[in-house]
Amino acid sequence: MSVETQGWGPLLIIALMAVVTLATRWGGVFVMSFVPIGHRTRQFIAAMSGSVLVALLAPLAVQGDGGARLALATTAVVMLVLKKPLPAIAAGILAAAVFRQLSV
Amino acid sequence: MLATDTPLRQHELDRHLVWIGFRQMVPIAVFVMVFGAAFGLAAMQSGLDPAWIVIMSTLVFAGAAQFATLDLWGAQVPMLALALTVFAINARHLLMGATLYPWLRPLPLARRYGVMVVASDANWALAMQAFGRGEPGLGVLLGGGLALWLFWVLGTWLGTQVGDLIADGRRWGLDMVMGCFLLAMVVGGQKNLRMLLIWLVAAGASLLAYRYLPENSHVVVGALAGGLLGMTWTEQSHER
Repeated sequence: MSVETQGWGPLLIIALMAVVTLATRWGGVFVMSFVPIGHRTRQFIAAMSGSVLVALLAPLAVQGDGGARLALATTAVVMLVLKKPLPAIAAGILAAAVFRQLSV
Repeated sequence: MLATDTPLRQHELDRHLVWIGFRQMVPIAVFVMVFGAAFGLAAMQSGLDPAWIVIMSTLVFAGAAQFATLDLWGAQVPMLALALTVFAINARHLLMGATLYPWLRPLPLARRYGVMVVASDANWALAMQAFGRGEPGLGVLLGGGLALWLFWVLGTWLGTQVGDLIADGRRWGLDMVMGCFLLAMVVGGQKNLRMLLIWLVAAGASLLAYRYLPENSHVVVGALAGGLLGMTWTEQSHER
């Protein structure tokens, strides 16, 4: 089924996007309310919470351009040394910017 | 990133904590505003009406999914493809909600689901970090989420008005803000050999899924792979 993007069509399209997104925001909480939280569940959750981020970042690091890789590497190093997120993020962005300005 | 003890007062949530969380997120939210502007500009270029663009950012509040659906935008929009795309990209919210559950459980239902309305990558990551340190984290989840939402909508609107100003944001590394932020959260989290191996498995599974499985499945596949390894290879439980 397709919806026209004229008139009030976009409202229907946006409403569908909003409902699906809200379902993903609520779904995990809803499902967990039926799962007993034991030691194993906690371990699953703890391992998964870091893994979400790693899984999000891995393709970015492997498929990204040199600027993207340099940015991530710089952020990781500065974060390991200073243990403060904001300088680490700033250094990463700066690294990407410098790399891309120099390599045209 | 998770305290093994039963959360006691970590689920605290009051105006003060929400305001602190809001302020804590503002530096990141400023960058999110630039993303918002990039979205506003891209949506204009895809032929959307400025009013609908701002309404979309207000009601959907999910940057990556919103960008992806612009590809589907034409004279007509296929609704099934739209729903599947949005679901696949936002499926990571399911995992985030699950990881937050131990601290959301003590809340009354309306609050529990109310807070989740603004759950997003950055405020979730900061909340989990706070919980990992044994501090209350729902303030930054809600307050930080409100900051992200406000700046996202504001940025979107700016993008529909003066988007040309940031058309070249990639050359200034602005597309890397969220990646660098999330990486800083990973590096700042719990680090030991077990966690590193779990992350390696998650990264490997994500890359395999990225290559061989349907689009946008890699986050869920990688996260579940890491989670399952963590569940089978459990840490020594230190019950007190």
